[in-house]
Amino acid sequence: MLNNLKIWLHQGKQFIPDVTTAKVPGRFRGRPVISKVSIDETELADLCPTHAISTNPVSIDLGKCTFCGECAFAFPDKIKFTTDYKLATNERSRLIIEEGKEEGIELDPALLRKEISQYFSGSLKLRQVSAGGDNSCELELNACGNVNFDMGRFGIEFVASPRHADGIVITGPITENMAQPLQLCYDAIPEPKIIILAGTDAISGGIFEGSPALNRSFLSRYTIDLYVPGNPIHPLTFINGVLELINKRK
Amino acid sequence: MSYVSIKNNETIPVSSIPEMDYSAFLELNVLSLLKGMGAHCTSYFGYPYSGNIKLICCMANDEQHSINISSSVVDPKHPLPSFSQHSLVFERFEREIHENFGIAYTDHPWLKPVRFPENRFDKKMTVADYPFFAIESEELHEVGVGPIHAGIIEPGHFRFICNGEQILHLEIQLGYQHRGIESLFLEKKKLLQRITLAENIAGDSVAGHTIAFVNLWESLCRFRPARDLQLPRTIALELERIAIHTGDLSAMCTDVAYQLGSAVFGRLRTPVINYFQIWCGNRLSKGLIRPANNHYPFTKELADELTRLLDDFEKDFEEISKELFSLPSALARFEKTGVVTAEQAEMIGTVGMTARMTGINRDIRLSHPHDLYAELSHHPLIKYQGDVYARARMRKKEINQSIGYLRKLIKDLPDEIQHTGHVTSPSPHSFTISLVEGWRGEICHCAITGHDGELIVYKIKDPSFHNWLALALAVRNNEISDFPISNKSFDLSYCGHDL
Repeated sequence: MLNNLKIWLHQGKQFIPDVTTAKVPGRFRGRPVISKVSIDETELADLCPTHAISTNPVSIDLGKCTFCGECAFAFPDKIKFTTDYKLATNERSRLIIEEGKEEGIELDPALLRKEISQYFSGSLKLRQVSAGGDNSCELELNACGNVNFDMGRFGIEFVASPRHADGIVITGPITENMAQPLQLCYDAIPEPKIIILAGTDAISGGIFEGSPALNRSFLSRYTIDLYVPGNPIHPLTFINGVLELINKRK
Repeated sequence: MSYVSIKNNETIPVSSIPEMDYSAFLELNVLSLLKGMGAHCTSYFGYPYSGNIKLICCMANDEQHSINISSSVVDPKHPLPSFSQHSLVFERFEREIHENFGIAYTDHPWLKPVRFPENRFDKKMTVADYPFFAIESEELHEVGVGPIHAGIIEPGHFRFICNGEQILHLEIQLGYQHRGIESLFLEKKKLLQRITLAENIAGDSVAGHTIAFVNLWESLCRFRPARDLQLPRTIALELERIAIHTGDLSAMCTDVAYQLGSAVFGRLRTPVINYFQIWCGNRLSKGLIRPANNHYPFTKELADELTRLLDDFEKDFEEISKELFSLPSALARFEKTGVVTAEQAEMIGTVGMTARMTGINRDIRLSHPHDLYAELSHHPLIKYQGDVYARARMRKKEINQSIGYLRKLIKDLPDEIQHTGHVTSPSPHSFTISLVEGWRGEICHCAITGHDGELIVYKIKDPSFHNWLALALAVRNNEISDFPISNKSFDLSYCGHDL
């Protein structure tokens, strides 16, 4: 018991005091900024492994981007990845970063359903379904609840049963073999409920887009409340996105 | 000689793999396994070959540091006698061949679906129709868990047959994570797309699978990586081992309700994966490993940072480990729970730490060294108990060993690092095998190219492919309430298995 107390004392405070302003260490690849420098746009677009780059004007779709950073190595004057981890939004088109755009990504207040802030701003219980996820977003979602990121302090938690949940967090490109279990889980969550897509694979299929082993029909049936880009998502991206979703008012 | 003997990451012409009739093929490979402890099956797969199926069997000989490759062309319409009848090592490989090509086996003991891939032979059967083993009895009951589990974890279905609280039998059904990766390797032609696929096979083994791919690709393209390229790969692989083992110790503490251990091991993992972010911009090392090239050279500044990290880590890690391994309430849950015997482990062909914790000396870093492992003269850590305790201790010891290797690797860094280069196109009509000892165990990638050097086969084997059966055997006669801790102590991959 005494030893445990000693360890507890040694460890001190491990949590990030303010997750909305914390700086990430090192060279994290977050929101890209695209300059107006003219380059060979076809070559740039052709480089991208997931066709996330469009031309004329040049843009990067963060819903498709795997954040490999190869475009920034090939065209350093054109594309830079900043360390801004606030990438989540509720409108799919806001994930497309056009050249010259320097502003951060935010949620569109006009699209927020009133019941989300009304019911969930103090407490949000989420059910996670991995539908072909590679266990990287799953690791990072688990990390959201660890002693460093401590998402539980905001009343946001993952729960074991859809019956206890207010929403579903989907990771992975949604495989054919998971299509039915995903639907069953979603149906078991009581209304009102939200849907969060976590990670590039969930948002667009990522590198798996077009694979015959996927069945993404679930997504065409419902409105998505939050898109959280990343490969995998950074815990700070997820936490900030969810906080904005439940706290923002119209 | 009826097989061709090659080294890890060696490319040979496909035509140099001896082709024999099926009965000779069966005898050769089954016998090579029965001859001694030195051999194990590292991959066995088939592919369409002018209207028939060509089977390729890769037997690793750990003592000779070689891999023996042999092949046989069979007509998929004719039932075959199974390898599995002689050795269960081949059990899942043959199920996969049956599932993909419809080859019937006359005497396979357990011919069930493996992962319900989209290009399977029998499309009528879906993931919902898995034929579970059942026992008719008034005393017994079944417990079904999954595919979606209680935590944030990948999907798979566990079907228990219990006598009261005691597990008599567990059958594990997988396939829910199948994304068609092997087919995508052939369809996506750009190298960067293939690297991205390799990075997404299993997100907890990014370094392991990506190194397997780039080593294979460089060999296919006749590119010899300089030491400067192999150093960061070796560092990444050992860092990944430390990170995931630490996270698993945290999760094992959670499963025995030791909250402090869970919190401290959990927070100790954070700086390790943050170090990957400092180094390459991604906490799980996605983007770090590239063929012939390295965007993120391992500099002296990075080495200093790593030294500081390891010094800080080690102190706290030793403190909490000492506490955990002397805590009666934790040890009572770890000891003699989820036992796999050495006989079972050898019989089913386990790899990695699942093999080593039963006394089997099986480690690619020793037997088929890649990157800088020959330099490190690796000695695998061996445990004998085969229980949850052995797996926890194995993780603790392997973390210490990896820290030692990292310190050794970064001691004398060269002043100038050569880090840019490029690969040409792959050799035509070639076969390459690449083995990597990931934190779970042996990762195996095989490739075959056609006349223009394009990939015609890409075969991936995650260590979990061998080891899932070990979990099913481990929990027999345990209380069902001990299943979570047993499961976590193996921490096997769903996506790596399902592909």
